[in-house]
Amino acid sequence: MSSVSPTADQEAQSPRVELRHLDTLWFQVGGTLCNLACTHCFVSCSPTNHTHEMMRLEEVLTFLDEAASLGVKEYYFTGGEPFLNPEMEAILEHTLAYGPATVLTNGLLLDRTRSRRLAGIAEAADYSLDVRVSIDGYSAESNDPIRGSGTFDRILSGVANLTAAGLNPVLTVTEVHDENSSAYGKERFFSVLRRLGIDKPRLKILPLFPIGAEAERGTAYESWQRLRSSDAPADGWDHLQCSTSRMVTDQGVWVCPILVNEPSGKMGATLADTLRPFPLAHAACWTCHVYGVSCRT
Amino acid sequence: MSHRMPKSERSLRQRAEKRARLTAHAGLATWGERLVPLGQFRSATAAAGRTLDSAAQEATRRDFLSHQPDPTTVEGPYSRIAVFGGVYNNHPALAALLDEVTSRSADAIYCLGDLGGFGPHPNKVRPLLEEGAVRVIQGNYEESLAANHQDCNCGYTDPRDNHFADVSYRYTAENTSLGFKRWMGTLPRRRRVLVGNRELLLVHGSPRRINEFLFASTTPVPFLEMLLDQEKADALCCTHTGLEWHRPLPSGRDAINVGVIGRPANDGRPVVRYCWLEEARGKLAVELVELAYDHRLLAQEMRREELPNEFIETILDGWWTTCLEILPARERARSRH
Repeated sequence: MSSVSPTADQEAQSPRVELRHLDTLWFQVGGTLCNLACTHCFVSCSPTNHTHEMMRLEEVLTFLDEAASLGVKEYYFTGGEPFLNPEMEAILEHTLAYGPATVLTNGLLLDRTRSRRLAGIAEAADYSLDVRVSIDGYSAESNDPIRGSGTFDRILSGVANLTAAGLNPVLTVTEVHDENSSAYGKERFFSVLRRLGIDKPRLKILPLFPIGAEAERGTAYESWQRLRSSDAPADGWDHLQCSTSRMVTDQGVWVCPILVNEPSGKMGATLADTLRPFPLAHAACWTCHVYGVSCRT
Repeated sequence: MSHRMPKSERSLRQRAEKRARLTAHAGLATWGERLVPLGQFRSATAAAGRTLDSAAQEATRRDFLSHQPDPTTVEGPYSRIAVFGGVYNNHPALAALLDEVTSRSADAIYCLGDLGGFGPHPNKVRPLLEEGAVRVIQGNYEESLAANHQDCNCGYTDPRDNHFADVSYRYTAENTSLGFKRWMGTLPRRRRVLVGNRELLLVHGSPRRINEFLFASTTPVPFLEMLLDQEKADALCCTHTGLEWHRPLPSGRDAINVGVIGRPANDGRPVVRYCWLEEARGKLAVELVELAYDHRLLAQEMRREELPNEFIETILDGWWTTCLEILPARERARSRH
């Protein structure tokens, strides 16, 4: 197993990805704080992980103004668990005046009252509000060992609350079980959603990143899993999301949502600081390239 | 109670592991796969990256957004033009559109691409375009057909959407003449047109990508202003999503998705849409026009060609049955399926 952090040599020898345009801006609004401690979390979020703190509305607003001057197209919110952030609803409300927003949540804090308030915010906004709820199996038996006991039912009750309020969340599933991404697995997830009375089920499957808690689970990268210039496709690195996005945390601006626990993934303090190429020196860069990852909906 | 089994060793161990996971990070930070003292991570991040002063930031943002001038010839000036997209082999709608805009005395007629897919008899479209002297730009469909690609490059991720996209692409590819395909390969990717003194940029998806989706609810004002700044245009006209919208911008410019004439706009009515643009005292008057046509005739032809029932249903009742996965939350919420 190789260390996740690249050496200075590896950085110098790595291919570089250009930022084509800043289309997508991510905010780690929940920091690395979460009411769960999932075994596959690539940022090892937990109730005691203060690697990144929650962001305040005021900080988010500063970045929204800079983002507007750069013509950013869409905003994504993640953590940790975004809804642990007491200002989360206000943050979404303000963001929706700038552009469409998507929030990635574990669904546990989506009670009826909050779901109704979110639906109200979505209804009043100029742009689309999308809610993505994470789940890791189509049954308690397959989900709960990953996300924690009892979470399957609590996640689905969050999804049901959103649906009752008039929102239509996207169920987001990682490939923690091989069958999750199979045709059979997808059909099982769709039927879980239909049983909740959702007639327009929406589903997204994401690959795993062998970093953070997932690496502790024993699936870290091998030394050959790094990108070389010769790996570049004919049309360059534009399929990687770091060619069109950046990630803001309470400690500055990172190249992407995956590398926030790598100090070398930090590119600067403002968006302007990060308008430059980034060396694809991390093992996680290999995953994005090979699996064609887009964290977007 | 004495007869109850004591908690198994396994469940006690699981509980201890869970507690350990929940409290593992007190005072620590995760640096990659290692746990380090929080302070060590914080000082490493504080030192990482670059920090420009405010003048350098301003210059960097300006450089980053700077754009090559567009050498495309500007057509016009005209007083009134019609702009439409997404014919999708719907020749009855195209014929109805040409009748209507001719009677409204359009100075010029523009089509923003996606001639094929979905409907029947692709070759019926070309003579109509020629008779109407329609100026066409290339959509992803024309690009793919001309290059003999295996798919339409519509940009779907959902397997069901891809299945139906594939059915319609294969039908169109097999039934489009070689000459028509070659002609599609010669089409320009963009045009510029003056309506009065307003300079319009016409593209298929977006000025940046032929298959970029610009939906009303996910295309924000600052993004559109940035595109028009870069392109030095007063208005943007695009299509590709199938749903029309017009957004007057704070700068006084306009962004318009002209919609499509090939299938209804997912609103439960069998009509289609095109865009009428007129000079109005130095400004641009934008009208998104509903167009009725003989949709039953089209449905009959589609049945005879054994095209999927899902497509025919859309033509008759106005609700989309495919390509739904790409809709943003708001557009999907308004959708029946």
